[in-house]
Amino acid sequence: MTLYRRRRLTNYIILMLSLGATAAGLIVLFLILGALVWNGIPALNGTLFTEMTPPPGSRGGLLNPIFGSIVITAAATVLGTPIGILTGTFLAEFGRGTWVAPAVRFVNDILLSAPSIVIGLFVYEVMVVPMGHFSAWAGVVSLAIIVIPVVVRTTENVLVLVPSALREAAIALGAPRWKVIVMVTYRAAIQGMLTGVMLAVARIAGETAPLLFTALNNQFWSSDMNGPMANLPVVIFQFALSPYADWQVLAWGGAMLITFTILILNILARWIASRGSFQQ
Amino acid sequence: MSGTDALAGRVPLETGTRAGRQKIEDAIFRGATRTFAIGVLVLLLAVLASLVIGAMPAIRRFGIGFVWSEQWNPVKDLFGGLPAIYGTLVTSAIAMIIAVPVGLGVALFLTELCPPWAKRPIGTLVELLAAIPSIIYGIWGLFVLAPVLQLTVQPFLVDTFGQIPLLGVLFAGPPLGLGILTAGFILAVMVLPFIAAVSRDVFQTVPPVLRESAYGIGATTAEVVRDIVIPYTRVGIVGGVMLGLGRALGETMAVTFVIGNSHRIKASLLAPGTTISATLANEFTEAVDQIYTASLIELGLILFVITFIVLAIAKLMLMRLEGRSAK
Repeated sequence: MTLYRRRRLTNYIILMLSLGATAAGLIVLFLILGALVWNGIPALNGTLFTEMTPPPGSRGGLLNPIFGSIVITAAATVLGTPIGILTGTFLAEFGRGTWVAPAVRFVNDILLSAPSIVIGLFVYEVMVVPMGHFSAWAGVVSLAIIVIPVVVRTTENVLVLVPSALREAAIALGAPRWKVIVMVTYRAAIQGMLTGVMLAVARIAGETAPLLFTALNNQFWSSDMNGPMANLPVVIFQFALSPYADWQVLAWGGAMLITFTILILNILARWIASRGSFQQ
Repeated sequence: MSGTDALAGRVPLETGTRAGRQKIEDAIFRGATRTFAIGVLVLLLAVLASLVIGAMPAIRRFGIGFVWSEQWNPVKDLFGGLPAIYGTLVTSAIAMIIAVPVGLGVALFLTELCPPWAKRPIGTLVELLAAIPSIIYGIWGLFVLAPVLQLTVQPFLVDTFGQIPLLGVLFAGPPLGLGILTAGFILAVMVLPFIAAVSRDVFQTVPPVLRESAYGIGATTAEVVRDIVIPYTRVGIVGGVMLGLGRALGETMAVTFVIGNSHRIKASLLAPGTTISATLANEFTEAVDQIYTASLIELGLILFVITFIVLAIAKLMLMRLEGRSAK
């Protein structure tokens, strides 16, 4: 009887601990979101979206970093997505039986988790040093390098789920292989591929470390991709660590903006994926 | 072979050229996918090569001693990586000590305890922790978590463990809020979703028959998890933990905010320190002379090599598990 009781008690305690662990995770999530809303709301007024980053002590907004972030993120997505999709296509469609595919898969999974600051160093070495100055393009390239592995992974995963019967039917009609892939396989897997791109955008939208040595920052309005460009993450970094109260308020405003954009993208991506034609 | 050739010869000219064109198009498409795939391989090598080249001046000047030298003196051009390497390893170790049990707890909850309708929403919420950018953890850690730790947890640690011999060294000094411990704590929150998600996925690979037979002979849920699920999925769990560790080692912005940035090695976990990534984030754009920049790049190279090894082990572990469940 005592043994039975002790086992029941152990079981109870362990299950309660696991409940506690989950609760702790969720509580931290809501504490972070709560702090963002609490500190970010004061920054939310008309000037946030209409004025440039101010010098310390005066009012201003985040118009130039918001613009810069959108431009850099969009360009990086446009640059990285096709490369990722083609690589993912190779892994899913052509890679079978070659030595290349397992090697690429392995390296891709490592790039997926590689420290982003090292990517920044790499782009600094190969772009900023030869060009002689920081530039938005260098930022674009470093973010594109982060986009690629995310898109490769999701593309391969969804393409593999497309039933072979679809491909075989198209091939039997006499369609060449590339047409089968582009017009049949891609079309069947489009939701999953879109999910991958959205997750990649969410991943780079808040990425700061690689931009520190590439796009740098710019206190003024700039649409010149060849020079340093303002962007939200680096502005948040700079303003949050500054001693000026109004800069810190702006940093919180930017932080709230970025986080909620990313969370919405994530939830949307999951929602699209759950409506996809082929599920795991 | 000759049969097909003969057949091809009889195909009318028009279709022949069309088939030929399609063959070329196919070859181009296939070649393009292959080129980019190999490009991904080359990318990794290029990163490694550029770091080695960039770090060369420092490697030549300081040799292998860079790794255990404690000097960091930009004025005298003397650089050693030990404080940053030490900080990176210690903060990640703290993160794993906290995140591994909690992550396994979350996975246990999601697979064994959670009602089915709540599995997806709760799983998604935990995974959203991984979507929040590093810099947001940084700003939250600096303004919200650090003051709270300074007033509650840290004085408690100092009072409870500070007087114990040996252990006390770890919790000596004033509670500053910022420091190694706070950085480790933030990292724990950041890697928790990775460990939880991988563990949950591998827990689900346990064949129901194994689980049910254990329940059948009267085991409690905790016993099933301890004696069946965890032994069966051990390799996968280690893979997930290594994946989390790889993330923790390379995390930059969150750590930069809360670590305190000091190139001194102190035994106390409450003292400020630095990590490789925080040093890079803080000093790289300010480094003007060549040897300073090269030393920073060498730190980046060390970080890259460490994370590469950790992530490669993670991948190999997870691949072994996949291979088994496929059979």
